Amino acid sequence: MGKLFQIALRNLRRYKRRSALTISLIAFGVIFVLVFVAITSSFKELMIRQITDSYLGDLQVHRRGYVASIETLPLNLNLIPQQAAAVEKVLRENPEVSAYSERIKFGAMFSNFAETTNIRINGVVPEMEFAACPQMASRISEGEKSVRALEKGKVLVPALLARGMGTKVGDTVVVVATNKDGSVNGKPFVVSGILESATGPGGRDGYIHLEDAMEILRMAQKEVSEFAVNVKAMGRVDRVAANLEAKLAAAAKDPKKVPFQVHTWSQLSPFANIANMIDLMTFFIKLMLIAIVLISILNVMIMAVYERVREIGTIAAIGTSPRKILSLFLVEGFCLGLTGAVVGVLLALGIIVVLNLSKLSFTFGQAKDLILAPNIAPLEVVSASVMVIVVSLLASAQPAYKASRMEPIDALRHV
Amino acid sequence: MSLITAQSLSKTYATDSVEVKALQAVSFEIQAGSFLSFVGPSGSGKTTLLNLVGCLDKPSGGSLEVAGADVLRLDRRAAAAFRGENIGFVFQSFNLMPVLTAFENVEYPLVMVQNLHAGERRARVLELLDAVGMSDQKDKLPDQLSGGQKQRIAIARALVTRPKLVLADEPTANLDHETAYTIIRLMKNDTRIIGEAEIVCTLEDGKLVRCEEAHG
Ligand SMILES: Nc1ncnc2c1ncn2[C@@H]1O[C@H](COP(=O)(O)OP(=O)(O)O)[C@@H](O)[C@H]1O
Ligand SMILES: [Mg+2]
Repeated sequence: MGKLFQIALRNLRRYKRRSALTISLIAFGVIFVLVFVAITSSFKELMIRQITDSYLGDLQVHRRGYVASIETLPLNLNLIPQQAAAVEKVLRENPEVSAYSERIKFGAMFSNFAETTNIRINGVVPEMEFAACPQMASRISEGEKSVRALEKGKVLVPALLARGMGTKVGDTVVVVATNKDGSVNGKPFVVSGILESATGPGGRDGYIHLEDAMEILRMAQKEVSEFAVNVKAMGRVDRVAANLEAKLAAAAKDPKKVPFQVHTWSQLSPFANIANMIDLMTFFIKLMLIAIVLISILNVMIMAVYERVREIGTIAAIGTSPRKILSLFLVEGFCLGLTGAVVGVLLALGIIVVLNLSKLSFTFGQAKDLILAPNIAPLEVVSASVMVIVVSLLASAQPAYKASRMEPIDALRHV
Repeated sequence: MSLITAQSLSKTYATDSVEVKALQAVSFEIQAGSFLSFVGPSGSGKTTLLNLVGCLDKPSGGSLEVAGADVLRLDRRAAAAFRGENIGFVFQSFNLMPVLTAFENVEYPLVMVQNLHAGERRARVLELLDAVGMSDQKDKLPDQLSGGQKQRIAIARALVTRPKLVLADEPTANLDHETAYTIIRLMKNDTRIIGEAEIVCTLEDGKLVRCEEAHG
């Protein structure tokens, strides 16, 4: 085995320029894939964090059917008190849930006495909301930047609406809403702060205290439209969701008609589509890498076999078994692929470190100065390397097989 | 028991236009001796015969036994193994592996064909390098050696596996007279090198005779 590697490596050294070219081509492909994955995955992570920490939560729990008709914010699809209590119990008992916020959502009219417009309002318990969506405070661009912004009688107004209506912090406004039985009710509020928009639905909602919402809607008892849930490990969000779903099903009276539904952020935010697009692009870039490796190794190994016909004839004549000859060329392709992968990985890691040091920032929609921190999961590095090596072996297989099938007598006559 | 037994061996090459009868019903028997050469003009079928005996090619007819084995029955893999065990080859143009040093070229069949362990391997290689007078050149690559030196290395490679039979097809064709003579001497007379092996050599018409005449 050692001899096989020795001969293979010396043969690679023999054609220095060709080997170097092949290795750099493979390394270039590896670098491209790893840096692309590092940048896009950190972009994805950043955006997802932005969305989930601003308003969405990592997952949400609703009454069954609520999400399907969320455009109209239907009050008759709120969780009734016993249901809300059951959900709260399940959330509190789950050790992977770090925080949750109960919300009453409704559509309303927003008036500053001069103009009136539509608004979507979330009635929340401030402490719960700020815990479930940790970026709430940083979204408040003017006014009170803490839970005190949502004391009773205060409203956080979305920036676009405030700008359009000329509303300032400290202004008095009126929120008017139709409640479940069709009657209309209103309540004056003091604007406590302006809330910057966030990407996606719900990124342009106003916020008031939960009890104010109950008062406007004339709710005798608390009915909850949604629970926004923050989980400890984002990577496990799907499993946590499945777990919660199972627990909620168990809590339901009739297991065939579970009144609850759990959705993860990716089912709720259109950004999930962008994330999927990025994944698809990554997939195609990986295909490109495979093509690069396949073509360059195949090319170089076909050349190698062709140039060494007489040598193959010689070693075959003196008794080298076809299998050894096959492995000789496979090992050569393997060494090329391995070297390319190692060089590529090292350079890619170097580039990623440099990108981190240079603190790239970018703007996405309304979110400004997001700092990109490209990083690559060890699994990505390993899988790219393994892929390169496997493809190298596959590409060497045909030329190596051809070498092993050569008749020594014909090969020896070859000039 | 004879080392090689050939009975009415024939070989016909079918080219596009004509059939070439290179060998026609050749029968012979070779006892284990020490040195034997097929001498004949170019195109007389020496190479063809040697290829058959060396299990590199199959005859069109007849039977052939080498070292007690019916070699016509061997498939590709078995033939390779048989050659590796029993036959050493010396080629006209030396055919050393260009990426291996002189030492490694001699060692090659012991690693890649016979799989001897390292200690014994080294001892045998050094012994043969000494016998062919190449000990001091052992770390050079073939490119750095003269034709005669390359052929000495090739002879050492052919004999390092202790084969029963060494086949050399015009081993001196690419060498000058002087060198050719010493190479033939080496293969013919030096028992340290050839050990128990039977050497079968092909030479172009009269070359051997001329060699011997020139040097007594
Ligand atoms: N592969 C081949 N295809 C066709 N004809 C061949 C082939 N090899 C040898 N011959 C023919 O067979 C005859 C014997 O050739 P060869 O054994 O090489 O002779 P020698 O080695 O004595 O010069 C020649 O006429 C040669 O042209
Ligand atoms: Mg010939």
